[in-house]
Order: sequence, then structure tokens, then C-alpha cells
Amino acid sequence: MATDISHAQNLEKAQEFLLTPAGIGAAELEQVMGRILSSKLDYADLYFQYSRQESWSLEEGQVKSGSRHIEQGVGVRAIAGEKTGFAYSDEIVMPALLDAAQAARAIARSGQDKQQAITIHSGHSLALYAPCDPLSSLEDTAKVALLEKVEQEARRQDPRVKQVMASLGGSQETVLVMRSDGVMAADIRPLVRLNVSVIVEQDGRREHGSSGGGGRTDYGYFLTEERALGYAREAVRQALVNLEAAPAPAGTMQVVLGPGWPGILLHEAIGHGLEGDFNRKGTSAFAGRLGEKIASSACTVVDDGALPGRRGSLNVDDEGTPTQKTVLIERGILKGYLQDRMNARLMGMAPTGNGRRESYAHLPMPRMTNTYMLAGETPPEEIIASVKKGLYAVNFGGGQVDITSGKFVFSASEAYLIENGRIGRPVRGATLIGSGPEVLTRVTMVGNDLALDSGVGTCGKDGQSVPVGVGQPTLRIDGLTVGGTEE
Amino acid sequence: MGAISVDTKGTPSLEDLAAQALDLAQRHGATAAEVNSGLGKGLSVTVRRGEVETVEHHRDKSLSITVYFGVRSGSASTSDFRPEALLEAVRGACAIARYTAEDPFNGLADPADLAKSIPDLDLHHPWDLTVDDAIGLAQRCESAAFTTDPRIHNSEGATVTTHEGVDLYATSAGFMGTVRSSRHGLSCAVLGEDDQGRMQRDYDYASTRDARDLPDPESVGREAARRAVRRLGSRQIKTCQVPVLYEAPVARSLLSHLVSAITGPSLYRRSSFLVDSVGTQLFPETVHLYEDPHRLKGIGSAPFDNEGVATRHSDLVADGVLRRYCLDSYSARKLKLVTTGNSGGVHNLMIKPGSEDLAGLLRKMGRGLLVTELIGFGINSVTGDYSRGAAGFWVEGGELAYPVEEITIASNLRDMYRGLVAVGRDVDRRHNICTGSWLIDRMTVAGS
Repeated sequence: MATDISHAQNLEKAQEFLLTPAGIGAAELEQVMGRILSSKLDYADLYFQYSRQESWSLEEGQVKSGSRHIEQGVGVRAIAGEKTGFAYSDEIVMPALLDAAQAARAIARSGQDKQQAITIHSGHSLALYAPCDPLSSLEDTAKVALLEKVEQEARRQDPRVKQVMASLGGSQETVLVMRSDGVMAADIRPLVRLNVSVIVEQDGRREHGSSGGGGRTDYGYFLTEERALGYAREAVRQALVNLEAAPAPAGTMQVVLGPGWPGILLHEAIGHGLEGDFNRKGTSAFAGRLGEKIASSACTVVDDGALPGRRGSLNVDDEGTPTQKTVLIERGILKGYLQDRMNARLMGMAPTGNGRRESYAHLPMPRMTNTYMLAGETPPEEIIASVKKGLYAVNFGGGQVDITSGKFVFSASEAYLIENGRIGRPVRGATLIGSGPEVLTRVTMVGNDLALDSGVGTCGKDGQSVPVGVGQPTLRIDGLTVGGTEE
Repeated sequence: MGAISVDTKGTPSLEDLAAQALDLAQRHGATAAEVNSGLGKGLSVTVRRGEVETVEHHRDKSLSITVYFGVRSGSASTSDFRPEALLEAVRGACAIARYTAEDPFNGLADPADLAKSIPDLDLHHPWDLTVDDAIGLAQRCESAAFTTDPRIHNSEGATVTTHEGVDLYATSAGFMGTVRSSRHGLSCAVLGEDDQGRMQRDYDYASTRDARDLPDPESVGREAARRAVRRLGSRQIKTCQVPVLYEAPVARSLLSHLVSAITGPSLYRRSSFLVDSVGTQLFPETVHLYEDPHRLKGIGSAPFDNEGVATRHSDLVADGVLRRYCLDSYSARKLKLVTTGNSGGVHNLMIKPGSEDLAGLLRKMGRGLLVTELIGFGINSVTGDYSRGAAGFWVEGGELAYPVEEITIASNLRDMYRGLVAVGRDVDRRHNICTGSWLIDRMTVAGS
């Protein structure tokens, strides 16, 4: 019940903010939707959005630049079978909305099929975060002071720290979705992020380390539990480790992945390949494999957009569907795909709350939210002790996947050799490459130390970026190709 | 608020908007200000398996303003051009400038460096493309892919795009430059399947300023099919150290890494593996790298950079020696150098082609790896360490032996630049950075 009350409040605020200034009420929305639906269509939606973002950045000890960005508009989408018509306007006014509706519905050639009367009613929503405004949650002077403190903390760690770059960003996005089935849903989404990056130097050798975090909350998050200072210390620690790193090995070997952010493995190897669009079209290496064993029995992987406050979480997705926990792999068996409404309908499945879009000017697609593997039972020390010779990788930069061949990469930014069950010397960053449908079959040990990442992930697909989360416990993979330089 | 003129479409002209934003900034006490603004529209149509998949009508619009209060600055941007939104953006930028630190290197470009005249670079060729015509072209493109080879069994579709617009840069010191441009494209991505049901995907595309310069849609479809089919039967190879030949479309990335390493912020933060490298021998003596910003119809052509500074034909590397960095006014002042007209990036970066085509380079390599695709982001810009996922072909006796995948290639960018044996004459001109294929003497290939 509490969630319905908060949704009603969000809906009211979103309408007041997005629609009322343009004189758009229920009658006008019904008029626009009626115009779209006078063509023979399976589905249509209107997506209103207003977002405010800011960023502050520090280098050389001072906050020298900052920027604010405001974006608003409405996207109109019409779907007939597998065909999608799409148009948008950055002005939320009736004439622009009617123009966009006209352009979008042209996708359906046979018009005048049925004039559909629709009744607008409120959809359901979760309440995973407060509809707060991060930008006004802290005085501008305090934002600057926070970055300065982070910088000082990083420098205090070690005299070899030569450069500190830190940035603080926040946004608030108000969205309102109206669907052709009459459902109207709204969400007010805060998001904050703080990043620290340092350069250390010793005997002419320079290295880099970075850390950060955030979530769907306000800037107060960084002030509690010394989080911001923790990022500074972590960035320096990583950079100093890398100063000592030797060239990485090359070849296929046992790899132990640390908990948390290394879960980017799941995002690349499994997650993208299980998005509904690629499977409907048969272009994914996982297409047609539901019910098959694609991972060792130790592996259960979920995508969960309903975790409170996480970077990848949403009260409702960008099609007004409440998010949920979707089981992708259960004890090694492929159980489900990530769906938006269009692909779910075409595949005869249920939407999973994974319909997401970068903005009103982009089409929604099935996208991940927070993707992670459930904990196993083995203490991480035992996993490391079980490896005679291999690589222990604990921090990563980005990754990428070829959906069709299933080959994926992710690049380690902090890694160590394992020798005789012990963590040995650090090695330089290297790219790891594997095959999505095979890699989880080689997971032989799963740790009891599940962790989610600190809130730094951004996923790109077809040129659209959305915030996501990942997580996993410590994993042992028996055979992954490590792209170092030492044969 | 002063009245602003409005054109027939109900949108004020960019010039008027910029003037108004600059005026507002000065009224809020800014001592200087600059505006970058753009307005564009486009159409994108995708056909998949012969049927229309998406029809997208695009309209983009943005205005960003940077204000200076002496040597303090703040920025803001908006996609909403109504007077109240413009006012909010200017106020936002000014509010930020109140809290940012004094930075003596801040400010507009030196007037002496600004473009005095704006040459017509022949960049604006709007394409009066109807949705039906776009569908027809995309269908021809995709259908050619399917008929090229029976192993092409699926498709991600063929897409036709057109975009045109105007970009403006204006300052409170009186500079105002506008550039109209267009860009059109054709692309196709298809999947091949071998007799064991294993799939490979590949694509081809074309991108031009003038639609009349686009190739036949059929040729794009056929090339996409050829590229997908030749990857069927890919396998891993054993870990080894061999020469590596980067096909032109992927060789371009090696020049992108160079540009990012010699760009202002990487240098003054000393976060680049190429700090203090002007005047040093980065490449073999045969290598000549230059910017050609005024090439007619060029994808990267621009009469001035993002702060109004005149662009000009200029060497980056001559006789293998790095001659200059890529700087804007801010980083130039910080480094006690002068701007090179690279605010916003390079403009038509070209490497002098060699004498061999791809087949010639394969013969020259003899035995090694031809890389046709790279994935991942394994570049450490501070150290130059390089490790990326790759796919391509094993080469024996100067000829393709079989396709390979699930491998990485690794080295250090400094060693790779020094080890550049030859550049092909198979120049890929579809981008702002143009190069032929690159033969690199030795890299570590990690596989089974």
C-alpha cells in the first residue's frame, strides 16, 4: 500500500511538472492517444521526461569547473507487429505532441481500423528510493568542500601521489509514461556519483588508480561512513599496487575473480546475450536455449531492478512496468530472458521490467538493471588456496561482448598471480577473453562473499547509455584466456 | 527580457538565441561568455528481413554556455530554447562560477587565433529522402546481403540515415561563426551460420556528406555478407608472438589512442604515456601524419574549432618525429604553448599511405595475424600498456589460412608505434581519422 501512495504522489508531481504547464490533462492525452490508435497498431506509448544534472570537477587541488544541464521532451512510439514508428519533440506542447503522434503512427499503413477509446488509470510502482533532489541536497560550497576533502585525503596517503582528479555528479529525472492500454505511471529518479582518480609516480614510472560510488539517493550518501574519503584511499591503494606490477601472463589459465565489480563478467558474458531483442531475432548465442544447462550447478544469476537505492534500480521501467527480480540462470539452467513490452509480446512472454531508454529521444530496449550471482558456500580464502598457478583479478575497467559469437572481454585494472595457493606479485592490467555460453560451465567454486559494486556502472547498447549495477561472490573459473604479454 | 525574433517554424534562429544568451550572461555580471549551439534533424529507417523495423524521426537541439567572471568559470546547457529555460541555464552557469576556484588559464581564445573568414567546405547537402525511398534503399542493401551467400541466414537489418543541421559558436568578444553540414549513411549487419549451427556476425557501412557520394546499397550488403561468411569456422590459436596486421577500419583506433595521449588535459595532468615527447622519434622515419581540416566534403572538415580558432593544414608527425600536441587555448596556456586549433579534437587526421594494398601487406607479413575486429577497452593511457580482445585470420605464406577468435593481442603502444613496419594504401575514408592498414612487427597473441 505504501508503494501505491508514493506512486500516486509521484504521478501527481510529474503531471504538475510535465503536463500542467502545457495545459495537458487527461482529455488531451486521450486525444493524442486516440489519434495514434486510429491507425492499426498493437501498442503505443508517450514518454514525458524532464531532467536536471550537474557535475563539479576538481583537479590540481581546486574545483575549477562545473556544469549544469537541463533536458526535457516527449517521445511518441507506435508499434505494429515488429514495426516501430518513433518521433519526439523537445517541446512539451500539444501541437508538437500531435505532430510527433502523426509521424510515429505512419508506421501502420492501414488506417481507420478502429477508433479506440481508452481510460487512463494509474499503474503500479515500487518505492525503492525517495523522490529527492540531489542538486539541492547540499549547498554548492559544501559540494566544492567535499571534493577538496577527497583530494586532501588522497594526497595524505602517500607522497608519491602526483595528481588527484575528483568529480561529483548528481541528477534528478522526472518521467511520466502513458501507454495505449491506459496505464499511466511516473517515477522521480535521483542519482548521485562521486569519482576519484589519482596518478602516482616513482622513479619516473607513473601509474593510475581510480575508485568511486553512488546510487539513487542524495549527496548526503557520500558524507556518511566516510564513503567519499574511502574512495580516495582506495584509488591511491590501487595506483600504488600497480606501480609494483610486473607484466601480465598470456594464455589460458585458472582465474579467480574477486567479489563485487568483477561481476561485470556476468553483465558481458551472460546478461547482454539474454536480452529479449537478440533472442527474439535469433542473433544471440543463447537464442533458443531456454531450459538448457549453460552454467555449472553452482551458478544462479539474477537481474534485480527492485533493490532499494541501487544505481541500476528503478521503481518502474521506462514503459511503466514495475521492476522485479528475474532469475536468468538457476543452478546452471537457463531460466529466463530480460524483456521489454514489445519483445515480451512477440515472444509470448511476460515483461520483466527491463524496458529502458536513455531519454525521450531514444527508443526503449530490453536492458539490464542490477545483475549478480548468488552466493555459494566456500570461503574466498579456500578458493585462492585451491589454485596452484593462476590469476587473481579484483578490479576491472570496462568490458564488451559480441552477442552473436558469444565472445566477451573485460579488462583487469588490478590483478595478482596466484602461486601455490597464495596471492603473489601484482601484474599489469590485461584483458580477459572468453565465450559467454561456455565460461560459466567452467565455474568450479563459488564464494560465500557476495558483494554488489559500489555504484559506478554505465552500460552502452546501440549508442544508448543507462546506469546499471553488477555483483558476484568470489569465483574460480577453470580456463579463461588472459591477454598479457609474457608467454 | 528582450523580444527574440522567431522564424516560420516557431523556433528562434541560433544566432538570435546565442546573442540573447551572451547578453543575459553579461547582464548577470559575466566579464566574458561563449556559446556553442546546434540544431539538426534527421531520419533513420531500418529494414530487417525485408520488413520495416523502425522509422525514427530525429530532431536535436542544444545550447551550452560558459561564463567567465574574471578567471572563474561555470557552464550550463539546455535542450529547451524557451526564454525561461535560457535564463535558467545562464543563471546556472553563473551560480557555478561563484563557487569555482580562480584559474589564471581560463578565458576565451586569443583574438589573434580566431578564424578571420569562414571558408565554404562543401559540407551541406541535405537529402530530400522520403520514408518510402529510405525503405527501398535499405531493402536493396539487405537483400543483396542475403543473395550473396546461402550461409547468410539472419540479419540485424540494413539502415539508411540522413541528418542535417547547423552548428554555431559565438563569444561575447564578437565572434560568431556558423557551419551548416549534413551526413548520410547506409549500413548493414548480417549473420552467417555454419553447418554446426555456429553463428558469426559482421557489417559494412558507408558515411558521406553528400548522398550522391554513397555507394550502391547492394555493394554495402554484399560486403557485409562477405565479411560475416569469412568468419565462419573461427577458432582459437595457441599463445604466440607474431607480426600483426591491423585492417584499415581497426588500424584507425591506434591513431585515436595517439591523439588522446597528446591532447592537452592528458599532458598537463601527466596522465599520458606521451608526456614530453614532442621532438622525439615515435614512429619509423617513413611515417607522416597530418591534419587536413579544409578538405571539401570531408567527414572531419571544419573551418574553425570549438572555440573559434582557425583550423589549418598541419603536420603532427613528420619523418616519424612528433612535431606538436593537440591543444585548445586552456591547455596551451597551462603548458606555455600555443593553441593548435584542436578544441574538440582533430579534423581529418591522415596518415600518408604506403605503396602496398592489403594483399601486398599480407605477403609482406608472410606468417602472422590479420586483425579485423577489436573488442574491449584494455588501454592504460598512463603507461601505454595495450591488451584487447581480437578476431581475424591466421596468415600463412602471405595468405589467409583460417579465421580466429577468442584471442587477445597485447603490447605497449610505444613499442607498437616504433614497430610500425608499413601502412597500406587501402585508406578507409569513412571517418575523421583516415588510415590504411597497419603492419606491426610483433605483438603477444594470447589464446589456448
